[in-house]
Amino acid sequence: MTTEATSSPAPKTPAPGSMSAQEKKNAREDRGGVRGWYGRQPKIVRIVLGVVFAALAFLLPYVGEIPLLGPQIVTQGIDWPSALFNMSYYVLLALGLNVVVGFAGLLDLGYVGFFAVGAYTVALLSSPDSVLRTEWGWLAAVPIGLAVAMLSGLVLGYPTLRLRGDYLAIVTLGFAEIIRIVATSTETLRGDRGFSDIPHPPGEFSDGKPIFGVADAIPYYWLGLAVIILVIFAVRNLDNSRVGRSWLAIREDQEAAEIMGVRTIKYKLWAFAIGAFIGGLGGVMFAGQQGFMNSQTFILQFSILVLAGVVMGGSGNIAGAILGGALISYIPDRLRGIEDPIWHTDLFGFRFAIFGAVIIAIMIFRPQGLIPSRRRAMELKDREKEVAPIE
Amino acid sequence: MNFSGLIQDFGPLTITGLAQGAIIALFALGYTLVYGVLRLINFAHSEVFLIGSYACLVVWGFFGLDQNSATPNVMSVIGLLLLGLVVAIVFSGLTALGVELVAYRPLRKRNAPPLAFLITAIGASLFISETVGVMTQRNIKGVPPLIQPRDVFVIGNMHVTNLQILIIVLALVSMFLLDRFINRSRLGRGIRAVAQNPDSAALMGVNKSRVISLVFLLGGLMAGIAAVMYDLKIGVTRFDAGFLLGIEAFTAAVLGGIGNLRGALLGGLLLGLLQNYAASLFGTEWLHAASFVLLVLILLVRPTGLLGESLGRARA
Repeated sequence: MTTEATSSPAPKTPAPGSMSAQEKKNAREDRGGVRGWYGRQPKIVRIVLGVVFAALAFLLPYVGEIPLLGPQIVTQGIDWPSALFNMSYYVLLALGLNVVVGFAGLLDLGYVGFFAVGAYTVALLSSPDSVLRTEWGWLAAVPIGLAVAMLSGLVLGYPTLRLRGDYLAIVTLGFAEIIRIVATSTETLRGDRGFSDIPHPPGEFSDGKPIFGVADAIPYYWLGLAVIILVIFAVRNLDNSRVGRSWLAIREDQEAAEIMGVRTIKYKLWAFAIGAFIGGLGGVMFAGQQGFMNSQTFILQFSILVLAGVVMGGSGNIAGAILGGALISYIPDRLRGIEDPIWHTDLFGFRFAIFGAVIIAIMIFRPQGLIPSRRRAMELKDREKEVAPIE
Repeated sequence: MNFSGLIQDFGPLTITGLAQGAIIALFALGYTLVYGVLRLINFAHSEVFLIGSYACLVVWGFFGLDQNSATPNVMSVIGLLLLGLVVAIVFSGLTALGVELVAYRPLRKRNAPPLAFLITAIGASLFISETVGVMTQRNIKGVPPLIQPRDVFVIGNMHVTNLQILIIVLALVSMFLLDRFINRSRLGRGIRAVAQNPDSAALMGVNKSRVISLVFLLGGLMAGIAAVMYDLKIGVTRFDAGFLLGIEAFTAAVLGGIGNLRGALLGGLLLGLLQNYAASLFGTEWLHAASFVLLVLILLVRPTGLLGESLGRARA
């Protein structure tokens, strides 16, 4: 487990909407375990702890220097800073998908589509292979990439959000496949040949060398981490706002929410757009680091992997999403370069199979996830107590 | 947009579309049956099909057949086909039962929310297809040429081959038998009862758990037949063969009215035709995109499908 994964800035309070500040405080302090202890500390201690966690996360690239323990943690088949960067964009994707699946309760199986839209927009605008051939740098393309990703979330969401949950899942899955097919078959998007020489993020050291080079992935990881911290704050505040309360209401009972005056379509669209935005953010960072991408990058299993991360970590909980996102990237990368005893292939190839089994096990034995959202755990318990179906 | 091509090749496109559609329809039955009874999408059904498509190849492999071997004589072809069908049906059925046991039953006991079922089913699907992927090194596997496609009759430029006839006839026969089973047999009556109202059915003495297992099993059997037909038609299979075809089969089920057996047949045949026409109009790479677009359109315009939704109410 990584340090950044446990660095929840502050625990999420249950049902933020229905509580006064005092009640919130009580709820925060009532919990057992680490999170309860954390909640009981004075605000200044909590801030200091948060900063310490963040600082530790920033120091992760050097964890290999620790004697004995360090070499066990770092990956072998892929250099450790790159693995950390991979983790950072998986965590971003998990945070974004958590908004859609965990907060609003909309099962989106095509989340990789937004990641692809973000990455492709950047590639189209800045790669020399693109038909547009602008001389733009990475940073200039980023806002447009994010806007297009968000827009694609609205475009997909508007017609489909009226659908029932399981239909929505299939349609979003279709959306991701269509994006992949379009990317494979249209000339402008270059299919398998892909885009190369996508510019890296700007910035130079004092000696004129670029900060974001090809060899060293540490600056990218730090960039990713900084973005993650910003996203955490944004998402946490959203969850504690009117929007977050509406999501909660929609997730628990859509009809009831509608009757109470929650504009369900509007807030579902919000969830989709914000999720798409964060997914696009992951995409533009990915494009900026890799410098190359093609239509094979955006396979469907990727969406399902991120979903596995969210469910595994604890759907509806930010700390859970971070842990889940980090694990789905770390475990396969750690397995890379290790041979399995039976087929003598790289264990990396088993990653999807392993996570498939993990999803089932989690949903059966611990449906609330590794770090449960208290509210979600209560919902699940509630259902169990309802009239049991006759067998 | 290639309209003249479409008009010129209308006949051939129609017959390939029908053969493709027959396979899709058989596959779609699994979605429709499970949905009719549980109101859940069995996402792992594509892997039920996948196991069938590999099982028959393994058996034919025992007889030393691979994609390079010559076509055996007629009697052994019939024997091998029957054997392949039986094995594929058995393994697909067992896979379906296994999926139900592992991914559905534990959640049902706990009255989990519907999306939880979808997530476990996705997990099961990923697990099965990726395990097959690792075991086969993600390579494609060729199918022995048991049936050499030969023209049986020709109308205009429409060449109808023996394989196409076999596929369509076999699909229609198995659907007819399934339809009779659901409508006439005692077990079928149980299925319809649970589809109409699970709690009342349970109070009337229907064993709900057994009906649910039966429904998964029936879907698996049909997927097994579809898998053998697919192998013979396409000539190769792969660890992810079930996935795209699964989405298409699901589209077909929704198109005809999910939960409705005859709807699955209609939807499958229609989808097969539409796909082939669309591929001719826009180019073959858009074949799969066409079914996705169609799915979204149906769900927006007429989510109950052409023939309506219910397994219980409509006479099958």
